Amino acid sequence: MVRNALQRLAQSVLVLLGCALLIFVMLRIIPGNPIAVLMGEHADNTVIERMTAELGLDQPVLVQFFRYIGGALRGDFGTSYSLGKPVSSLMASAFVHTLILALLAAVFAWLIGITSGIIAAVKKNSILDHLFMGASLLGVSMPVFMTAMLLQYFFAYRLKLFPIAGMDSFAAYILPAIALGWNSAGSVARLVRSTLLETLEENYIDTARAKGRGQVGVLVVHALRNAMLPVITMMAIQFSGLLSGAVITETVFSINGIGRLAVQAIAGRDIPLLQGTVLFSAAVVVIGNFIADSLYRVLDPRIRREA
Amino acid sequence: MESKTLEIRNLNTSFFTQQGEVRAACDVCLEVQPGQITGIVGESGCGKSVTARSVMGLVRYPGRVVSGEILLDGKAMTGISGKEACSLRGAEVSMIFQEPMTSLNPVMKVGKQVEEALLLHRKLSKKEAAKSAAQMLEKVGISDVKNRMECYPHQLSGGLRQRVMIAMAMICSPKLLIADEPTTALDVTVEAQILRLMKQLCDAGTSILLISHNLGVIAQICDYVYVMYAGRVVEQADTMTLFDHPAHPYTRGLLQAARSLRSDAEVLATIPGVVPNLLHLPAGCSFSPRCGQCQEPCKTSMPDMLPAGEKGHLVRCFLAEKEKQQPVEAI
Repeated sequence: MVRNALQRLAQSVLVLLGCALLIFVMLRIIPGNPIAVLMGEHADNTVIERMTAELGLDQPVLVQFFRYIGGALRGDFGTSYSLGKPVSSLMASAFVHTLILALLAAVFAWLIGITSGIIAAVKKNSILDHLFMGASLLGVSMPVFMTAMLLQYFFAYRLKLFPIAGMDSFAAYILPAIALGWNSAGSVARLVRSTLLETLEENYIDTARAKGRGQVGVLVVHALRNAMLPVITMMAIQFSGLLSGAVITETVFSINGIGRLAVQAIAGRDIPLLQGTVLFSAAVVVIGNFIADSLYRVLDPRIRREA
Repeated sequence: MESKTLEIRNLNTSFFTQQGEVRAACDVCLEVQPGQITGIVGESGCGKSVTARSVMGLVRYPGRVVSGEILLDGKAMTGISGKEACSLRGAEVSMIFQEPMTSLNPVMKVGKQVEEALLLHRKLSKKEAAKSAAQMLEKVGISDVKNRMECYPHQLSGGLRQRVMIAMAMICSPKLLIADEPTTALDVTVEAQILRLMKQLCDAGTSILLISHNLGVIAQICDYVYVMYAGRVVEQADTMTLFDHPAHPYTRGLLQAARSLRSDAEVLATIPGVVPNLLHLPAGCSFSPRCGQCQEPCKTSMPDMLPAGEKGHLVRCFLAEKEKQQPVEAI
């Protein structure tokens, strides 16, 4: 068990290194000199060259890469060209906002998603089932910017229940969390419903009933744990998605999270900042998958033994 | 007279499909006497499993029990609340299924699954429950019980899993054990062991309703047999009588087919035709289109269960009265 976890951890580190290399190389093959952009149109060529050398951008890509990794291991991700501050501290402060948003969105999405999925499965083809599945379809298919703006219009502008945007109070995070979480809630609800329905058809559910378990007992003791296996994977992936920055939601609601930072970095050709944010997203996804995988092993004894 | 362990009176169970009502069990009357093994035999889809599931209240959607009475030890099992039914299931009557591979919860330890019914129905501490679960597992012939109880189902073989299923069903010492094709998924040596075990359980006082399509299994351990065809009981008799003097043409056909397997016959005996679609049953006797002795009345009306020869031997066939049963060899 422990050995296996260590193995997978080592794999995760390798994947992360691969990601870093890919990001690094890609940012350097795209045409255009970022320094030229930084210095403006009228900059002197010699100045640009000196600046390029100073930042180490004239070195071979691999040399630059290992320097970068060396720095990253010490917590130094370089200094943002456009903002003039260390990338690590910029990301740390942005991460706080993203984290609050992601946690809220996840709690909203999973509470609603799992509960409505279970109700929909148990009361299959009832009005509640159709209602929940309709709402989840809406959540899954509506683009986030549209959900976000509709929420702003009704709950902030019309009803004045929440601030339209910003990060001044906790309440300001609620609308973006709903906008962000609705989509996840929809897919979780649908997955819970379908896996639960499938599980309830299994023979061991009949066995449990034959033992004298009532409806609730069958559901809680026997069906849910089996049905949740695929859902756990989905939730872990969703959470890493939420955590790696919600570009659109953060932009619409003016929340200075990782997503917005990445947009800023792209607009300003800010290579260190962009590298930092993209690498951060990759790390979050890799860690999320690692956790999903580990949880899966804890929950499903069949996988535990095969490994 | 001693009360019957199980009595089914005029059970009708139907599946309400989009094509119409499928009458999977039709006016089924059946009894299980205490301390006996009663068999139901028939082809796939003849209604034997549905009958068993009706007793357990486990008929799957879109099926349901439409009418009829089910009495367990004289107490009605139909028309009671869900809670009352739950308190009977697992305690007074329990069931083992055809597929030991998929009938155990894959994410729950075997020991826990055996204890479950005890904790539900008896006021026992977890420790006591674990102890009697271990005893029961030993009783069904599982060695190394301590370790096996900590196993998950996928770590056990099919035979072991079916033993676990039996232990699970027997843990509250129910009056009736329903076994739905308990050995179909197992190989022959394991089948023999499981059958021996069931015989022992019966000798220890549990009545068993055994469902099988295998005449050999039925002949080996059953005291009394019901033959079902297209949702109806077509013949019932004690095992000896049924195998020596089958009265229904369908039963005879089945026995001939089974016997020709064992003899050197070049051509296997078969029953011509196929099992009718339950949605479009032929008028009259359901078996009439396949019956070699079909006569005019068979095509228009369904015969009742008529006495045939020995006491307790009933058959759903117009020929029963006219014809004296001949031993099957002579046919």
